Amino acid sequence: MKNTYENRKYVFGAFLLLIAVVYIGKLFSLQVLDKSYQSTASNNVLRYITQYPARGLIYDRTGKLLVYNEAVYDLMVLPIQVKEFDTSAFCEILEITHNDVRRWIQNAKEYSYYTSSPFLKQVSSETYAVLQEKLYQFPGFFVQPRPIRKYSKHIAGHALGYVGEVDERTIKDNPFYKMGDYTGISGIEKSYEKVLRGEKGVNVYLVDVHNRIKGSFQNGKNDKPAIVGTNIISTIDADLQEYGEKLMVNKIGSIVAIEPSTGEILALVSSPTYDPSSLLGRGRSKVFEKLSSDTLEPFFNRPLMATYPPGSTFKLINGLIGLQEKVIYKQTEFYCYGGYYSRSIHVGCHNHDTPLNLPEAVQNSCNAYFCNVFRWILDNPVYSSVRQGYNAWKDHVLSFGFGHKLESDFSYELKGFVPMDSYYDRYYGITGWSSLTVLSLAIGQGELGITPLQMANMTAAIANHGYYFTPHIVKEIEGEKGIDERFSVKHQTTIDSVYFPIIIDGMDKAVNGPPGSGSTARIARIKDITVCGKTGTAENPHGEDHSIFVAFAPRDNPKIALSVHVENGGFGSTYAAPIASLMIEKYLNREISRQWLENFILETDLIHIDKKD
Amino acid sequence: MLYLLIVFLGWVNIYSAVYNEEHHKIFDLSQRYGKQLVLIFGALIIALLVIVTDSRFYSLFAYFLYAVVILLLITVLLFGKDIHGAKSWFELGAFRLQPAEFAKAGTALALARYLSSRGFNIRNLKNLFNTGLIIFVPALLILIQPDTGSTLVYFAFILVLYREGLSGGILIIGILMVVLFILTLIMDKMTIIIALLVVGYLVFWILDRNIKRFLIAALIYIGLAGSLFGLKEFTGLELSVYFILIFSLIISGFIYIYFVYFHRIQKAVLMYLLMFGSIIFTFTVDYTFNNILKPHQQKRINILLNIESDPYGSGYNVNQSIIAIGSGGLYGKGFLQGTQTKFEFVPEQSTDFIFCTVGEEWGFLGTSLIIILYTVFLFRILFLAERQRSEFGRVFGYSVFVIFLFHIVINIGMTIGLLPVIGIPLPFMSYGGSSLWAFTILLFVFLRLDISRQEYFI
Repeated sequence: MKNTYENRKYVFGAFLLLIAVVYIGKLFSLQVLDKSYQSTASNNVLRYITQYPARGLIYDRTGKLLVYNEAVYDLMVLPIQVKEFDTSAFCEILEITHNDVRRWIQNAKEYSYYTSSPFLKQVSSETYAVLQEKLYQFPGFFVQPRPIRKYSKHIAGHALGYVGEVDERTIKDNPFYKMGDYTGISGIEKSYEKVLRGEKGVNVYLVDVHNRIKGSFQNGKNDKPAIVGTNIISTIDADLQEYGEKLMVNKIGSIVAIEPSTGEILALVSSPTYDPSSLLGRGRSKVFEKLSSDTLEPFFNRPLMATYPPGSTFKLINGLIGLQEKVIYKQTEFYCYGGYYSRSIHVGCHNHDTPLNLPEAVQNSCNAYFCNVFRWILDNPVYSSVRQGYNAWKDHVLSFGFGHKLESDFSYELKGFVPMDSYYDRYYGITGWSSLTVLSLAIGQGELGITPLQMANMTAAIANHGYYFTPHIVKEIEGEKGIDERFSVKHQTTIDSVYFPIIIDGMDKAVNGPPGSGSTARIARIKDITVCGKTGTAENPHGEDHSIFVAFAPRDNPKIALSVHVENGGFGSTYAAPIASLMIEKYLNREISRQWLENFILETDLIHIDKKD
Repeated sequence: MLYLLIVFLGWVNIYSAVYNEEHHKIFDLSQRYGKQLVLIFGALIIALLVIVTDSRFYSLFAYFLYAVVILLLITVLLFGKDIHGAKSWFELGAFRLQPAEFAKAGTALALARYLSSRGFNIRNLKNLFNTGLIIFVPALLILIQPDTGSTLVYFAFILVLYREGLSGGILIIGILMVVLFILTLIMDKMTIIIALLVVGYLVFWILDRNIKRFLIAALIYIGLAGSLFGLKEFTGLELSVYFILIFSLIISGFIYIYFVYFHRIQKAVLMYLLMFGSIIFTFTVDYTFNNILKPHQQKRINILLNIESDPYGSGYNVNQSIIAIGSGGLYGKGFLQGTQTKFEFVPEQSTDFIFCTVGEEWGFLGTSLIIILYTVFLFRILFLAERQRSEFGRVFGYSVFVIFLFHIVINIGMTIGLLPVIGIPLPFMSYGGSSLWAFTILLFVFLRLDISRQEYFI
């Protein structure tokens, strides 16, 4: 047998062996050494579908539901799967135009080809029902349910705030959020976002190559259910809030009502206001635009962000400081002949009995009296200079929460303004000013800037005889022991509690004094309730003065302290006092006995008169 | 009998792999695993028939069977069913027949018969030509279908010829051609030509060990190319750089002939021819690749060479296949647990990409076991082929060997990304009646020959 080339069989054998070794080696590196393919395979096959938690509900202090959730449906699109479809039918169902479709798909493509993004948000349940049946005709589209906010009453827009989509900066800063997520934009929704939002869950599904869901991955072992947001009980009294908003219709201004014993905000009215539910759903951008461009600035949260000079209401503080500094006593009297006169300055006053002691001066709101008191505080011989006197005065003022943020649970409260001595140095030179120069502070005019919240807080401090709790809007977070500790800290003012009854006496008289005694706020009187109040008129260089009233009631064991500001409302007694009085009655009695007064306020329209000018 | 065991192990694999894919009950004729089961029984019957047939039948009717398959290949071109743009199938009721698969067996028989015929000498040009004819007529017919994958299988027969005495030089040149082919696609043509020239001259130097002659030869070429380049610069003649390089080579070739005549350096001639041939080949490849190969074939090659990255396009198969195998890890995801394969990420997973399923579900242990099984199987065939007393038996055995080898190497190579995607089945594992039966016939005809090797003389 000739087998010439027999040795060549070894070539074959070697070749075979070589390939076997190379292949096994390659497989070893692929399967054992390189772990990356395992995750690639998972990415291939796993789809993570976010489960959106329902936001926490918000109740009022009496347990009335204010804010809850309703399911809407976001129509999502996954661009890579979109194929040609019947655009006309699609548009008809969704009530959109062909152009919208083109543009939105383009947007989605720019975001990502392989990740789904919202195509049309907040499709209503009705539309969803129709769409659901035909969805199979539109490959690449699917519907994701998502809870949105609903409001049982159309009130307290500013206090509750609203939710909206997160902006890009938030997404960048906070990995919790993804494009299209919602977050609290203002009010409680913003301050308590972390409490309300809950935790997003995720369901892991297996999908095949066509992205069809084939079932739950490992029987849902890795699924994370969404954790519903925590409910919040706010301090708002829905009835009072609603009533306040009603009273403030057609007026610009604010009402802040606080429970003095706790600092809980009972009502926070900013007028003009807006209906929080108008900022939801598909029409929201139009509403938003309209509200934003309104010259009356409905979005402007006046209780926290508007600053006014306090006017005569500030006489309460000056009286208290005078007492504390021992420059006056309860019975100290000053004469007033139509105002306060000095070499260069004249502060006018209205006609009233003279001389008056301190409570009577509060009752009558005598300008001359408090000019004297103020000068005595500043020019007190105890202090070596006006500057020292001024700083002492200022420290007392600051202790009432003026000039700095109260640190309430609103994120955008303003500081207001109480000038430092250096402020006057800048204007008048270091030696260029005296108690006379800054005399307007005596009657709450001039450089002072105080927010309505601070005013209400001051009133609460007076009602408490010298201390206050930081005003706050949330009473209870469900399942938690308490709210933030800072709300249970008692802030003591620098005024001893013994001096308060003197001033309160004056506030009592201002409301409840007999006719003809010069009481400035008799209109605020309520039968069987001792309302203590003080009017104020903030001078307004731009027009009619602002009408201000601060009050608390009842005198003993006060339940409510409030400040009312009515812009361009004239004297404090004209509009602010009746509004405050009605609010007190509403809160304490739950019904209104003085229909005529209510009607008077409801019929007052300060906005549209204004516009005719 | 060891091979029967291996074949059965192969069957177990088909069974599990195909079963995985649909995850239903076993005996469901509407599904692939059901059909495959029937096909397996068919294959067993065929194996039995093949075994009981007299072994002399195969050598006697070798040409006849060859003629039959050629006829079938022609008929399929005329009457075949067009599937995926290829006329490769006869449709017979529920099952389809792919004559190309059986043609391999027919060709192997004819080749064995011809090579073992008296007076055959592979160095005889006429004989070599006839051998080429036997191999490439069916290959051509299959190429027309077109079914490039099956056509390529026929090139494997060259290995048989090598065993039977074909010069190793041809093989080496073949390998060089493949290397050059790949380089041409990856690299710039100019770089390759210059590299070839440099390598050519260097090899000449190493072989000849005479620096003077090397320098003279190189200088002649550089001088010629340089002057041509200068001519171009000065006269503004529009000569392409390629033209300059090649024309210089041709001219210097004439000068070298003069040298060779005096110095009798045969090596130089060889080097020169190789160099020249390589350059011509480079251009041919370029032309072939851009003008003859179909776009999807170009892409497949490009992807393998990492020239194009297109994970969702043509490279998708390979990518997903590698992911599937890679994600299997050491132990695999377990029977029926493969996510890649279960959710159809890998196309053709029950046919050409069956190996993925093994890789994903049985892990490295499974894949290496399969490779070891195939290796042992192939060694066994090799061993059996070598122990044949007749040339017919040996040639046929080698044919069987190279056909299996080619299929296995190419198929597994493509699933793990070592070779381009060539659509040929993995013997005994891929779904498909024609291939299963054809491989069975191939194997058992050889086994039949082996059984009767003692009595078999021509």
